[in-house]
Parts: sequence; structure tokens; C-alpha cells
Amino acid sequence: MEPMTRLTSTTLVLPEENIDTDQIIPARYLTTTASSGFADAAFRDWRFDANDQPIGDCVLNEPDAPNRKILVAGANFGCGSSREHAPWALRDFGFRVVVSSRIADIFSGNARNCGVLPVVVSEEDNAWLLANPGAEVTVDVEQGTIEFNDRKVAFELDEFSRYRFMNGQDVLGYILAQGEAIDAYEQRVENP
Amino acid sequence: MSQPQSLFDKIWAAHEVQPESSRAPAILYIDLHLIHEVTSPQGFDVLRERGIPVRRPGRTLGTIDHSTPTLPPRDGVRPYVTEQARIQVETLKNNCEEFGIELHGWDSPHRGIVHVIGPELGVSQPGLTIVCGDSHTSTHGAFGALAFGIGTTQVGHVLATQCLLMGRPKSMRVSVDGETGKGVTAKDIVLHIINHIGVDGGTGHVIEYAGSAIRGLSMEGRMTVCNMSIEAGARAGMVAPDATTLDYLRDRPKLQGQDFDALAERWLALASDADASYDRDVQIDAAEIAPRVTYGTHPGMSIPVDGVIPDPASDSDRKALEYMGLDSNRPISGHDIDVVFIGSCTNSRIEDLREAASVVAGKQVADGVDMLVVPGSEQVRIQAEAEGLHQIFENAGAQWRIPGCSMCLGMNGDIVSPGATAISTSNRNFEGRQGPGARTLLASPATAAASALAGSVADPRTVEISTLEVA
Ligand code: SF4
Repeated sequence: MEPMTRLTSTTLVLPEENIDTDQIIPARYLTTTASSGFADAAFRDWRFDANDQPIGDCVLNEPDAPNRKILVAGANFGCGSSREHAPWALRDFGFRVVVSSRIADIFSGNARNCGVLPVVVSEEDNAWLLANPGAEVTVDVEQGTIEFNDRKVAFELDEFSRYRFMNGQDVLGYILAQGEAIDAYEQRVENP
Repeated sequence: MSQPQSLFDKIWAAHEVQPESSRAPAILYIDLHLIHEVTSPQGFDVLRERGIPVRRPGRTLGTIDHSTPTLPPRDGVRPYVTEQARIQVETLKNNCEEFGIELHGWDSPHRGIVHVIGPELGVSQPGLTIVCGDSHTSTHGAFGALAFGIGTTQVGHVLATQCLLMGRPKSMRVSVDGETGKGVTAKDIVLHIINHIGVDGGTGHVIEYAGSAIRGLSMEGRMTVCNMSIEAGARAGMVAPDATTLDYLRDRPKLQGQDFDALAERWLALASDADASYDRDVQIDAAEIAPRVTYGTHPGMSIPVDGVIPDPASDSDRKALEYMGLDSNRPISGHDIDVVFIGSCTNSRIEDLREAASVVAGKQVADGVDMLVVPGSEQVRIQAEAEGLHQIFENAGAQWRIPGCSMCLGMNGDIVSPGATAISTSNRNFEGRQGPGARTLLASPATAAASALAGSVADPRTVEISTLEVA
């Protein structure tokens, strides 16, 4: 994954609450064995009608939407299925950060694993961000802060994820390096 | 004396390869990894890229369910929705062959929805950590296992290392005590719970379901409840093992040749200690639970089937009602339906099919209503056919299909048309879940079946229930 230390972008706002992973990528796009190339499938049924014509008033169809790297959404973003295709689709569309007052567990983990940073802010801060689409926002991974409207607030980011985002490192290498501990565990449990 | 521990505490502690520290999350050992065609191919690709094997093929088990057609082969050819879907199924077969993993493919008498076959085979056991690239893995928690869904990158981690990196979730106990009323099923209990704690009320938590109404459920019912834990945002749901659990597991194929009594003793000791503590405790009075149906676009938006659609409390609620074509302050009962779907890992086990069959037996599905019955597994199909349930459904005018996820997510081409309303025994009523523009009402098998007869949402307590004669 691509490293990320500090990122400034204007936001794209989807104010709906409970945006589930079926909205982010409909199931018919899951019959693939690839892990990239999902930009067209992202929010497909919000962006295109039944005849594959773009839906005029959808903010995701605005010409500069793919340049907005920060998505701000209503509460409980990413609920529903565990399909990692959802954060893959957001990533391929152009987002690097998702901000909401609540983000679903499995989605959060999946997003981190593919280089999309979930940022949880308070309801008040999210309300401001939702009310100000296109606001300029800076996310500082090193400090664990998000800056907007002349404010700077901290968000929760564990040490391990911070390190991974800043260095663009995946998790598998880390677990593989614990091979001896895994061997010892199996030995202890399986041949007591 | 040591700290009292909950079921979750005990399983977590027994699986820590490395405890959580200020620098890194815990490394958790995974006992059982279930895989299916949709979320695994990219995981296997990672192994090939790195040139590493599957660490424990014997702890991995595969099936095909999501992309598989539910209609029989035509001229010897399976009617896949697209060539890509066929390739996806082929890819899992090839991956399992290459890496030495047991796969329940087309020719297996145990093929079926991943969350139905694990319990049936007896691989889903108390005390285990169980994962699958599928959010409804929480189903297996009914056995007193810690079972949860993971993403595809994590599927790769488990294939390669049999471990996951994971922060410790919080715990919540949901106790449902007392007697449930007439016509109330496990599905109604869980819809009530989700409505009560909220669609994101369980975020960050593992739920333990307790109380006399949960104890009183069969394993099938407990699976239905645990299955939908994720619809309240919870990581996992679990029920402590007891005599019901042991009775279900005793004769399962994968437990043959093992010292069952010794296992049973270990399993029963997993139950939460009397004064174990939880981050959150929720009490529910079983007597307050009615047969429920959803009216909105997430599983938290449900009301008693004889209730009135509430006023929208937010823009999202308003949008949901508009999408569903429903007005507030009107009863949901009597609302026209076009499709009835009995199936999915929530409600496709033998008890669910019996429940639906006992409602439609000797009657007719209303004109203009399409009813689809999709058993959860080959074993369920075989059992149901032995009991003559397929005939009951077909005589009533319903279609009897081959096992799979089918219309639960509509990936295989079994979809609800745009604008049409389905009453479904599945778990998600999101916009477009059952097909673009499709409207979904979630309910129990009995409520869905009663609605099939009426052609509109109907209260299962008002229909006559036949006693099925087991053929
Ligand atoms: S039946 Fe539905 S919810 Fe269950 S595994 Fe299949 S698609 Fe997922």
C-alpha cells in the first residue's frame, strides 16, 4: 500500500446514515477474482440508472469527484457485509480517507488493510463536515489529527496502524515474522 | 482466586499467540477457517506471489454458495449468471486442489451455504475461533465459539499464518428472559434485539446472548439469533454451550471417532462464570416480543407485524420510506408483496423449512406472487425431500431450488425486479440488496409464508398451522 503521512484535500460529502457495503459496491460486481479495477463499480447504483446513464444530481458524478481524497459520510458508514471490495472500490475511485462519526468494525479493518484510513470524529465535528461539502481538510497521520475550519482535533489511531500507514507496510509480513511464537503455540495446544 | 471470566474471555485468552501491547494488537490463533468462492481468490493470490503454502490446510474448509445457480443443469450445463461467476467457482476448486484443502463442491452431499454446513458437519464446535470472509460467520457463535467475519486481506493472513492481528473487542451481554408469545420465533427475537440496541448498537462488541428465552431455543434458533449479530454492528454473537449444544453435535460426521464425553466436559466448562463482567449489559423481556417485520432499509427498522409504520425521525428514515414506497402512520399488515424468499444462512435450515411448510400446506400462494424456497445445504435439501416438504411447497405454487445463497444477495442472478417488494427470511434489507431497485421486508419463515398466502404482509398468528406428518 501507498504510504501516507499528511494529506490535504477538499471533501466529498455523502450525508446519509448507515451507508452499507451493498451501496458502496453492489453484489453483482463481486464475481471477480481480481483485487483492483473497481472504480466504475463504486456506488454504482447511486451514480448510474438502470440504463447505465449517469444520474445528474449525484455528487459522485461531478467532474472533480475523483480528485477529492476525503469522503465524509453520515453515521455508521460501511455497515453490512465483510466484502473488502467496498474499500477497494473507494480506493480505486480516488478516496484515501473516510470520515464519519461511526464506522463499522469490519469495514474499518478492511479499509486499513488496503490503505484507506478510517477517521472517526465526534458527532458535532461530523455535523460540521457534513454541512460543509468541499471544505478543505488535512489529515495528519503522524500526529493523529484532522484539521478543518481552523480547528485541529485528534482522532484515534493505534500505534501499529500509524506505523503501517506512514511506511506503507502490510500486516502479513509482521505476522509471518512471528512464526516461532505461532509454532510454539501450536506445539503447546496440540501436543500438550 | 482468579478473575471471573465470560465465555468470550475464556476463548480469547486460550487463543492469544501474542497478547495485545501498546505497540501492536494481539495475534490470535484461528482454529477453523471457512472459505467460499467470492472472498478467497485474492487471498490465495497473495500466497502465490510470496511463494508460501497454506499453513494448516486441515484447519481450512471450503464450499461454493454465493455465485452458484439454484436451478438444475440444462443439457448438463450449470446455468451460471455470467461466465465470470463460473470462473470464480472454478478458481476455488483449483485453489483447493493446489493447496490441499477439503472442498464441498458440486458433487459433495455436504455442499451448501458456508454457515449452514459448518454446524452440520460438526466442525463448528464450542471454544473454537472460527473465521470466514463473510460477515455472517457470527452464526457459528451459537455453539459457544468465537466466530466472526473477516476481509479478503485477512483471509490471506489466515491462509498463510493461521493467525489474525486483532484488537480485543468489548463485550456485551443481551439477556432475554421470560416466555415468548404465540408465533414468536428466533428471527423475531433477533429483529427485536437489533431494533432495541440499534443497527450500530453492537459496534466494537462481541455479544453473548443469555437468559431463559435464549436457552429455550433449539440450535437452529440460536444460529438465527447469532447470525444477525452483525446487523447490530457486533463483531460476533455467542451462546454458552449446554445440553442442547451437545445433543446437536453428538452424531455429527466430523466428531465421529472422538472421545465425545471428554469434549463435552471441556465444552460445558466454557460457560461464563456467574459473576463475569461485561462492558455493557442489556435486559429484554421476552413477553414484549411480537412477530416482527422490517419496513425500512436497514435491519434495525422493524415493527410488530400488527404495528403501524412510525414517523421518520431523520432524513435517512424519510429516504428509506420513500425507497420502500411506504407511508408512515399506516399498518404494515396488508401491504402488497410480489416475491417471497425462504432461504439464506439466517433461515434455511430444516426447522425453518418445516415452519414455512406448516403454514402453506394444503393452501395456495396468492396469484401474482412468486415464492422461492432455497434450502441452505444439500443435507437440508435431502432431509426436506425425505419429509415431503418440497412437495408441500410445490403444491402450494412455490419453486423448490438447489441450495445456495440465492436471493439473499442476488449475486447468482436470483433477483427481485426493480420496484418489486419481497418478503424475505434473509438478513439484509439494504437498498438494492436483492437486486437493483428491489424492496425487501425481513421476517420469519412463518410470517413470510403467511404473507405468501395472503399476497400481502400477514400476521402468522392469524393463519391456521398444519401439523406436518413426517413422511
Ligand atoms: S446466505 Fe446471504 S448472508 Fe448468508 S452467506 Fe449467503 S449471501 Fe451471505
